[in-house]
Amino acid sequence: MSVADFAFYVFAITTVASGLFTVVSKNPVHSVLWLIAAFLGATGLFVLLGAEFLAMILMIIYVGAVAILFLFVVMMLDVDFAELKAEMAKSIPVALLIGTVLLMQLGAVLGVWQFADGAEAARAAITPAVEEIHNTAALGQILYTDYILLFQMAGLILLVAMIGAIVLTMRHRTNVKRQNVIAQMHRDPAAAMELKDVKPGQGL
Amino acid sequence: MVEFFTTTNLGIFLLILGQSLLVVVPLLVALAFLLWGDRKIWAAVQLRKGPNVVGAFGLMQSFADFVKYIMKEIVIPAGADRFVFLLAPMLSFVLALTAWAVVPFNDGWVLADINVAILFVFAVSSLEVYGVIMGGWASNSKYPFLGSLRSAAQMISYEVSIGLIIIGVIISTGSMNFGDIVMAQDGAGFLSWYWLPHFPMVFLFLISALAETNRPPFDLPEAESELVAGYQVEYSSTPFLLFMIGEYVAIVLMCTLISILFFGGWLSPVEFLPDGIFWLCLKIVFFFFVFSMVKAITPRYRYDQLMRIGWKVFLPLSLAWVVLVAFFAQYGAFWGAYARWTVGG
Repeated sequence: MSVADFAFYVFAITTVASGLFTVVSKNPVHSVLWLIAAFLGATGLFVLLGAEFLAMILMIIYVGAVAILFLFVVMMLDVDFAELKAEMAKSIPVALLIGTVLLMQLGAVLGVWQFADGAEAARAAITPAVEEIHNTAALGQILYTDYILLFQMAGLILLVAMIGAIVLTMRHRTNVKRQNVIAQMHRDPAAAMELKDVKPGQGL
Repeated sequence: MVEFFTTTNLGIFLLILGQSLLVVVPLLVALAFLLWGDRKIWAAVQLRKGPNVVGAFGLMQSFADFVKYIMKEIVIPAGADRFVFLLAPMLSFVLALTAWAVVPFNDGWVLADINVAILFVFAVSSLEVYGVIMGGWASNSKYPFLGSLRSAAQMISYEVSIGLIIIGVIISTGSMNFGDIVMAQDGAGFLSWYWLPHFPMVFLFLISALAETNRPPFDLPEAESELVAGYQVEYSSTPFLLFMIGEYVAIVLMCTLISILFFGGWLSPVEFLPDGIFWLCLKIVFFFFVFSMVKAITPRYRYDQLMRIGWKVFLPLSLAWVVLVAFFAQYGAFWGAYARWTVGG
């Protein structure tokens, strides 16, 4: 067994086992931590495939940002586990059904899936040779040169979705005091304070 | 003998292990003295003597502290999640050291010369927040939890601006390999380093690095006047030591990143002196000194001010800078100072 094979088995087993523990963990925070372990396993698999850019992006985006938000939400929520379990028991038949369908689809991909004759050639046509260009540059070429319009449109859709979410959740509250940082920084002590000479026994 | 180390699996493994030790051991020893230096500088600013008992000028203080930490008893709080509680410091220690795998110390002196080195460092430093979050959560106590929440929000916020600043450098170099980035700055001594074309970003990067490593004035996760010590409250003995070493290794890594990205790494500042690892060490020590001075002379920020600077000042500035650099690089402005592409382009 070569080093790459050994590494593959380590990462693959990590990914699958972590995925399993994500589902079966009793504590939701542990679930998220196992999910992170699964992401890291997937990162290793990407590296073994030679897709080091995707691997790093997976780590930065999913582990470094998305999973932290998950963890944030899960840690902050006061979840009642007993109630959650009772809820879960009700929907187990549906979950099993979905799981079975997914498993069958995966089986279909592994077993009886057939590729069209031209599929391999079509994929090879847009994939530059590994020796010529490393995959960061190749991805950049495809995203920003070959398919720039589609990429920009996808970006625009995401932007609209983000603006929509902000507009939907934003409330203008009038009775909240906000800080005006520029005004605070330009406050002049001479204008803000007034020194009074208090005469004894008289007050102001 | 050479064949054994380059062809057989065991040989390659031993070779990599030896190289890793060659990086980690000097790093940790240097760290002991940097920690001592940090305390000495801090003390000097406050007109104190600082550590001065163990060894000459207190030089051995860090080693004495090390022995003290590992001899103490490990106290695990009753309500703590034992596994996560002990995993967190190990994670923050290991991750802090992992990033050094791709850092070049001289021309070709690098453990893993990968194409996406800068992304690797960025990814690993974005993982470092997990040590803090897990530690704070697993302690099952209020102050650590608050500290870890603060730390998570703070590190995510400043990662964004660090990422954008790094993108400016990547655009200028056309490569994400540290070696390429340093070699792109070769030329007329210190004037051809990236600090000149990327001038405003040097300061933004320095400040973001302070926030990213939870250093004062942004040490809100451990603000001892309000949260006692934040996520570290419940930690004692070796786990605490691991947290602290991890934190300081991350700080030294940030100093190294500044040196490599903006100050030419191992390149010599004047042309008649030879390049070499000496220059990199000198630059790292200089930036560590800057970090120490900042710690000594600045008061702590308020949390809302910290968030405001991160999202409302640094993010727009660095984003605008990326666009600007992209234009400069594309049209060869300033005699091609922004477009030093060695590969691709």
